[in-house]
Amino acid sequence: MLTQTSILRVVSKLLIPPIMLFALYVQFHGDFGPGGGFQAGVIFASAFILYALIFGVDNARKVAPAWMTRLMLAAGLLLFAGVGVVTMLLGGDYLDYSMLANDPHTGQHLGITLIEFGVGTTVAGAMITIFLIFDGRLRAEKED
Amino acid sequence: MQIVSGLFNYWIVIVLMMMGFYMVISQHNLIKKIVGLNVFQVSVFVFYISMGKIKGGTAPILADGIEIYSNPLPHVLILTAIVVGVATSALALALTVRIQDAYGTIEEDEIEALETEMQVKDQEELP
Amino acid sequence: MAVTAYLLLRMHNLFAVVMMSSIYSLLAAVLYVVMDAVDVAFTEAAVGAGISTVLMLGTLALTSRIDKKSKLIDPIPLAIVTITGALLIYGTLDMPPYGDPTAPSHHHVGQYYIDKSGEQVGPPNMVTSVLASYRGYDTLGEVTVIFTAAAGVMALIGRSRRRKKKVKRA
Repeated sequence: MLTQTSILRVVSKLLIPPIMLFALYVQFHGDFGPGGGFQAGVIFASAFILYALIFGVDNARKVAPAWMTRLMLAAGLLLFAGVGVVTMLLGGDYLDYSMLANDPHTGQHLGITLIEFGVGTTVAGAMITIFLIFDGRLRAEKED
Repeated sequence: MQIVSGLFNYWIVIVLMMMGFYMVISQHNLIKKIVGLNVFQVSVFVFYISMGKIKGGTAPILADGIEIYSNPLPHVLILTAIVVGVATSALALALTVRIQDAYGTIEEDEIEALETEMQVKDQEELP
Repeated sequence: MAVTAYLLLRMHNLFAVVMMSSIYSLLAAVLYVVMDAVDVAFTEAAVGAGISTVLMLGTLALTSRIDKKSKLIDPIPLAIVTITGALLIYGTLDMPPYGDPTAPSHHHVGQYYIDKSGEQVGPPNMVTSVLASYRGYDTLGEVTVIFTAAAGVMALIGRSRRRKKKVKRA
């Protein structure tokens, strides 16, 4: 049994950084190929979930403490809405990205990148939060 | 037969949808109901995506030399719908955990029996 | 896929049911790729076959593993399902055949997005440009929904309470 666990631990230690890298790749290449915020957020969360499955919820809580996941949840949504407010302050409509730069194309590109990043952050935070709550409850019940 | 081959994809989706619907209304276990809801949702998504396909088209990513693209509008709507669906399922599963805590079971008929027992007891205690 | 759905109906071991539903989502993702919807396939594979399955397994671990026997052929739901299915099939007789390029749904707004999104917005991936720029409000609403779902789960089972389970009334 011990060898089985150590194989899992080694393999997951090797796999988790590429998973996070792939999530960032999917996030920022959403313009050129399939991808975008949602997929990237889910893949990023799955790296944390893999860590929590192999190493236990307590270790996972040390890596992703409650304040950080709550911050990720809220910050993504604020970024999204904030971009809209900024475009309104700059003179256009809400979420009209052409106002963000001199050239409308650059403005659109910048706006889309920021928005997708906000979406990815919130989705990742939400998935990690939900899974860690389920898992924390499971450990609490096992200790009863 | 021309009609059947053209409409076959809609009919298979309807079959899947009805199976999911049946699971939701007839199964007693709450988790199987949620799985049935998932089946229903996925079949609806397949329906929309199959309506968006154009013969001879490719994925809706602009590239040189490609003339026909598949319609990107259903893809966007379904993307949103998938994520909303998983959010709903997550909340439903959390509710199931709470129901298990409160009633001790997740079979629907046992929960109804416990509910009517509790109602009867409350009415007895009233006056 | 229909075979998978039928097996889902009949099986009683809930663990097998959850695994079957993951296979169902994966088959749907493959179907989406065949129908040229690559973004949707990516999301369905990640979300349906990944997160959904993991959460269901977590719920299974917190509740029970076996579905108690329920009636396999229930007459009233079966009748409702058959009538609804027949009505829907009747409704599809008017629909355009699969893959038809002259279907009306492809010509108004969809055609506008395909033509104009290159010059007006920029990125080659039309789905991203529609999602983030033309229909940005919808995406904002969707992110709010996810936020609310996470907040809801936190409110429902976030606190680790230790209290005695309610005694079952005999």
